[in-house]
Amino acid sequence: MNFINTFAVYYSTITHQYGKRRHKYEKRHHKYKTIQTISKSSAMIKIDDITFSYGSNTVLKNISMCLEESRIYGLLGENGVGKTTLLTLLCGLKRVKSGHIDIDGYNPFERKPSFLSLEYFLSDEVAALPMTAEEYAKNYGKFWEKFDMGKFLELMSIFETDPAQKMNRMSFGQLKKSYISFALACNCRYLFMDEPTNGLDIPSKAQFRKAVTKYTAEDSTLLISTHQVRDLENIIDPIIILDRQDVLLNASMEEISEKLTFDYSNEKHADALYSELIPGGSISVRLNTTGEESKVNIEALFNTVHLHKELIKGLFSK
Amino acid sequence: MEFDSNRPIYLQICDSIYDRLLSGELQPGGRIPSVRELGADIGVNPNTVMRSYEKLTEAGIIFNKRGIGYFISDGAREIVLRNQREDFIRNEVPKILKRMSLLGLSPKDVFGDISVNKT
Repeated sequence: MNFINTFAVYYSTITHQYGKRRHKYEKRHHKYKTIQTISKSSAMIKIDDITFSYGSNTVLKNISMCLEESRIYGLLGENGVGKTTLLTLLCGLKRVKSGHIDIDGYNPFERKPSFLSLEYFLSDEVAALPMTAEEYAKNYGKFWEKFDMGKFLELMSIFETDPAQKMNRMSFGQLKKSYISFALACNCRYLFMDEPTNGLDIPSKAQFRKAVTKYTAEDSTLLISTHQVRDLENIIDPIIILDRQDVLLNASMEEISEKLTFDYSNEKHADALYSELIPGGSISVRLNTTGEESKVNIEALFNTVHLHKELIKGLFSK
Repeated sequence: MEFDSNRPIYLQICDSIYDRLLSGELQPGGRIPSVRELGADIGVNPNTVMRSYEKLTEAGIIFNKRGIGYFISDGAREIVLRNQREDFIRNEVPKILKRMSLLGLSPKDVFGDISVNKT
């Protein structure tokens, strides 16, 4: 009952804010259309025309996208396109130069405690502190209302990592697994992970997939940046492909397989957008003309998108 | 779970349920894992498993008891058998025939004295 009440208040806050913002938009720009599509879906993270630069080096420019709840987003992009920067902007560690980010009505950079307890950012580099993982979880878990110590210990055991070991005595992989366990045990609504499978050994990668699918709350949204697409192939959906100062793709696997065909047969197609040789034949990507769905190969998708940026953007913009 | 490279994952999850129904491992009235449980077991996004379950529900193979879980329907085996037979004749047989002609094999060469046990 309490939950329903909270939700009702929360929902009315959002709709209220929407009303206000929509008005502002209609007056200011011709962005009414964008807003309309947003309000139809359950977009909870709204990134609107943001720019960020390190000194004179502009990393993100004119970036807009919406993330819906209960999804595990994969954030892909070549080195240096600003994946990590985008994650740090979303969690409030950095401030956008222009444009704005809205997460459940919060501006992340204001770093309101009520916002911070909604999210967790797992950095690529993690600190090896002079305390045991269990002590760390006890001390820092307090900052997240729904932090669950039992879940933390369960995750540590899935990852076969000893919580009684000092973090500064752990290997990089063990340390990473401790932090992943902590991140998931926070039970927060937004979880941002930067290259979480980097440094994990072979069994840990399957454990990671299991941990993520089993231990994320049903309404939480994950945004995982990665180059290790093979590790996360069946986990991430939708896929976001970030490019230098552009978002090339933000689409679910279902949409991707509706629009593109991934052909693993040996037949040659003149209309292939991309093809590469693989053991046992080739994989080619072309427009889906039959309506039949095939399995999306993320590496081939990434390369196709990079070869045909404008075509893909046109294809997926509704 | 090891996936085939060229079929969408959600269809492969359906396939494995068809196989387990036909082999008798899954029985009408039996409960199947929740979307999250199955997702965690095979390391697949729960939304993908949800798509499989939606397809199976639509086909009348499983049904959802609200708040309890997903169960195998009474006529599930018959439905799967009918669909799979149709699929076999329409999609798999032509592939086999094509391969046979490529290798210069006649039906007698292949099937000779083999008899198929009908269920």
